Amino acid sequence: MSESQSESSFKIEAKNIDVFYGEKQVLKDVNMPIEGNTVTALIGPSGCGKSTFLRLFNRMNDYIDVFHKKGEILIDGKDIYRKKTNVEELRKSVGMVFQKPNPFPKSIYDNIAYGLRIQGINKKSLLDEIVEKSIRQAALWDEVKDNLKKSALALSGGQQQRLCIARTLAVEPSVILMDEPASALDPISTAKIEELIQELKEQYTILIVTHNMQQAGRISDKTGFFYMGDLVEFDETQQIFTNPKNERTENYISGRFG
Amino acid sequence: MKSIKEKVIESILFACALITVLTTLGIIWVLLSESYSFFSEVSLGEFLTDKEWTPLFSQKHFGIMPLVTGTLLTTFIAICVALPMGLTIAVYLNEYAPKGIRKTVKPILEILAAVPTVVYGFFALVVVTPFLQSIIPGLSGFNALSPGIVMGIMIIPFISSLSEDALAAVPKTLREASYGMGATKLQTSFKVLIPAASSGIIASVILALARAIGETMIVAIAAGQQPRLTFDPTVPVETITTYIVQVSMGDVPHGSLEYKTIFAAGITLFALTFLLNNISFWINKRYQQKYE
Repeated sequence: MSESQSESSFKIEAKNIDVFYGEKQVLKDVNMPIEGNTVTALIGPSGCGKSTFLRLFNRMNDYIDVFHKKGEILIDGKDIYRKKTNVEELRKSVGMVFQKPNPFPKSIYDNIAYGLRIQGINKKSLLDEIVEKSIRQAALWDEVKDNLKKSALALSGGQQQRLCIARTLAVEPSVILMDEPASALDPISTAKIEELIQELKEQYTILIVTHNMQQAGRISDKTGFFYMGDLVEFDETQQIFTNPKNERTENYISGRFG
Repeated sequence: MKSIKEKVIESILFACALITVLTTLGIIWVLLSESYSFFSEVSLGEFLTDKEWTPLFSQKHFGIMPLVTGTLLTTFIAICVALPMGLTIAVYLNEYAPKGIRKTVKPILEILAAVPTVVYGFFALVVVTPFLQSIIPGLSGFNALSPGIVMGIMIIPFISSLSEDALAAVPKTLREASYGMGATKLQTSFKVLIPAASSGIIASVILALARAIGETMIVAIAAGQQPRLTFDPTVPVETITTYIVQVSMGDVPHGSLEYKTIFAAGITLFALTFLLNNISFWINKRYQQKYE
């Protein structure tokens, strides 16, 4: 295998990815090239491997003892599983928003500033500026601007999730991974998050795992359908939803199983 | 038939519970009544403000403060040893150690708390004190420092084990959030996990404090028996517990004022640990993890 510094027009590229949990293979020869400034939706029934796939891109699977993988994940042309990869640096450029809002039990301000402070940025004026910018970007500013010292845990679920998005944005990643970010939220909060994702696309490359077909249809440019560890189909979202090539994809999106 | 059997079992269980409650009440009653008769001879003001404690001498003084400072001094030294060590161990076990090591080391550490305290006391007197004397010239053979350190080692497992439990109880999602931002394990431990687990950690420290305050054997052997109003760790001091041992084992006539001093000392000790228990209870309630 070559030390990959390949000339690629893609922001992210998954090449021949196999993932195993011990003996069990959970992803089989997955290939997925992803262009920059797009939203890619990963869909499929529970246990199909889509969350595992998402967590490859910021090496969150590393904490699972029995995890091992074959193949390459390239971001900006570099294999992020190289020996010399600094995982902390990687995660600063590949942010993640989780399924359940997970703010730290700290103030709103401290939540956003966390990522900056751990990088050694402590200058008050700079922190103030980035905190405000990030919260504005996450469309939360008007709701919290007077209460930045209030505990983040006092916010509603939808607000907490937008806070978590703001927290991710504060460290200025180029890729954002979202693992069912709206599954625990009510319809209005969900709509806000979806709107936000559309805006963020301008500056970020977004990968989103979702169980909500309509959501995938509304917000993504491309969609990948996973089934039992295989990437069954990966194409323009419109194509997947109107004219899927594979029968299993069609069955899944039309709600016949899954 | 069954209901009678059930009732018998129930009343046996109730009796068991009752015995412990009655014992506690009995102890409180003895402490209160005996110290009441002590305080009818010595005023509370004198007890709390007099700077000397010499009930066994001809020139009698009944100021509890020298014993209280002795107790607080040895306890303070112990916690200065146990808190950083215990917390570091907890963070290591929780965040760094492989599962196998964690499962082996935790019970081994807990053995520290199971070593008979007389062994610790002896260890402090014949090993730690001579060693410290080689570093600190002028350290007397009996002092607060050596038993304080040894007591600190004894209470490490209280802090490490309970703090580790508290750290492990922090939701995985918070850990992931921190790692996901590019935080290292160390940053995650100290900036997210420890603050999130603080109520459990504080409770563990208070439990350890209560244990150190009540500890008798180590200080009785290695700290000396000279009540002294000082915070100097290099000179002999006497703790409340040591004094009680000294009088109980001596030939002080039963029922005399000298004899009653141990109840006054006992109730002071009881008040201290009772206070700590309540603080711990309050902290637990107040800061009970408000997240999932």
